Amino acid sequence: MSVNAADTAWLLISAALVMLMTPGVALFYGGMVRRKSVLSTITMSFAALAVVALIWVLYGYSLSFAPDIAGIIGGLDWVGLRQVGQTPSSVYASTVPHLAFMIFQAMFAIITVALITGAVVERMKFSAILVFSVLWLTVVYCPVAHWVWGSGSWMARLGVLDFAGGIVVHISAGVSALVLASLVGPRKGFREKEPMEPNNIPMVALGAGLLWFGWFGFNAGSALTSGGLASSAFVTTNISAAAAAFTWMMLSWRQQRPSLLGTATGAIAGLAAITPAAGFVPPLSGIPIGIVAALICYYCMLFRMKRGIDESLDVWAVHGMGGTWGALATGIFASAAINSAGANGLILGNALQLAKQFAGVASVWAFAFIATWILGKVIDVTIGLRVTRTEETVGLDISQHGERAYGGVLR
Amino acid sequence: MKKIEAIIREEKLECVKRVLEENSYFGMTVSEVSGRGRQKGLSLQWRVGEYRVDFLPKLKIEVVVLDEDVSKILHAIANSARIDEMGDGKIFVVPLDNAVRIRTGEDGDNAI
Repeated sequence: MSVNAADTAWLLISAALVMLMTPGVALFYGGMVRRKSVLSTITMSFAALAVVALIWVLYGYSLSFAPDIAGIIGGLDWVGLRQVGQTPSSVYASTVPHLAFMIFQAMFAIITVALITGAVVERMKFSAILVFSVLWLTVVYCPVAHWVWGSGSWMARLGVLDFAGGIVVHISAGVSALVLASLVGPRKGFREKEPMEPNNIPMVALGAGLLWFGWFGFNAGSALTSGGLASSAFVTTNISAAAAAFTWMMLSWRQQRPSLLGTATGAIAGLAAITPAAGFVPPLSGIPIGIVAALICYYCMLFRMKRGIDESLDVWAVHGMGGTWGALATGIFASAAINSAGANGLILGNALQLAKQFAGVASVWAFAFIATWILGKVIDVTIGLRVTRTEETVGLDISQHGERAYGGVLR
Repeated sequence: MKKIEAIIREEKLECVKRVLEENSYFGMTVSEVSGRGRQKGLSLQWRVGEYRVDFLPKLKIEVVVLDEDVSKILHAIANSARIDEMGDGKIFVVPLDNAVRIRTGEDGDNAI
């Protein structure tokens, strides 16, 4: 196997684009919390860039992608990047250096951990976040990434399609977020319906913009080559984001006024939903996928609020349910003419693909739910998940990090 | 001398400033404040649904006036800041012991 320069250039740029999504998530989330916990919220995401990146090269990549054991986990053959060098892997992305594929995948692991933190802002202890990040990456992310993308895994053999991580990233993060938020409990004042005003909506819009931008690396980069398939995934991604942003804008207009917070949220819902489908479906199917994603995520968010669950920044409603819809929609809209490595879906007469997608979705839902619940419980009884009441009242910026975002009498 | 504290609508600042000038009061302090009265806030949008903001932005004007001008200024401010709806604001009159102009050291009514 020889290295293709164009493919390598595109994959390295894509890895850098996906890296930028994590600070994007940090700003997206940071703008939505109260001003006393904005830095803490940003740090929860930013810390993933530091922690997960190290775990990934030490053993995370190996557990996810090294030669398969029993169809459920990668082995230890590639621990510490052993056998991962400048020549292509014989199994994955055969036209780029193995190191390029490895670092591209590293960025996915990082942002997935960062996504979860939106569920527990303003009250989860920073030390507990770090411990959870390491454990969750090891116990949940690596196996799920292996099931979906690892060569020889049970899901790969079954033929479940997930182009860029609707199942691996969005479902696993969304479901785990819901579980973790339930274990940590609601913010003080949440049940009493204290107003929790977003401190900086322009910051949310900036974060959403960076996410949208980075998502081209996420989805089009997942083609792992720089040709037609990458272009198709790129266009499909943009269409879905636009359709969902527009739909959410209309939903908020129907309720009151066309809100920026809603429009930005819609874009993210559309992007999460198109992630598993981007390289398997015709570009224009991004329109129905995006519109339905916005509707599903919008009503799931309302449902979550009605149930009184403080999954604070709706990681489950947006990523979990957006990813779930997208993974199923892949089984509906897929076309083997778009990607010969894919399959036809329901519309082209292959109902079996939808059933396979359902099996993949249900398995990861169940696994992420149970595993995260156990991890959360273990952390709760050992070091504790939550800050003290006083620390929460003061705000996590000062109590956890000794910094504040907006300070001083004199400017 | 008395201090008049007027909590007014943000958009009424220019009107109030003009009538104070017409009455030869040029000095004042303006602050951005949040408050609530019978209007009880307003509702803003979250990603879905709405949340209630209890405290609305208002401006507080502080102006110190001579005793004999108090009633004239009170009416001037009230008439210029009114739109006849909830949320027009309130005016408070506070007794004052003394005032000093820092540059010259003058005090009492001369410092106003």
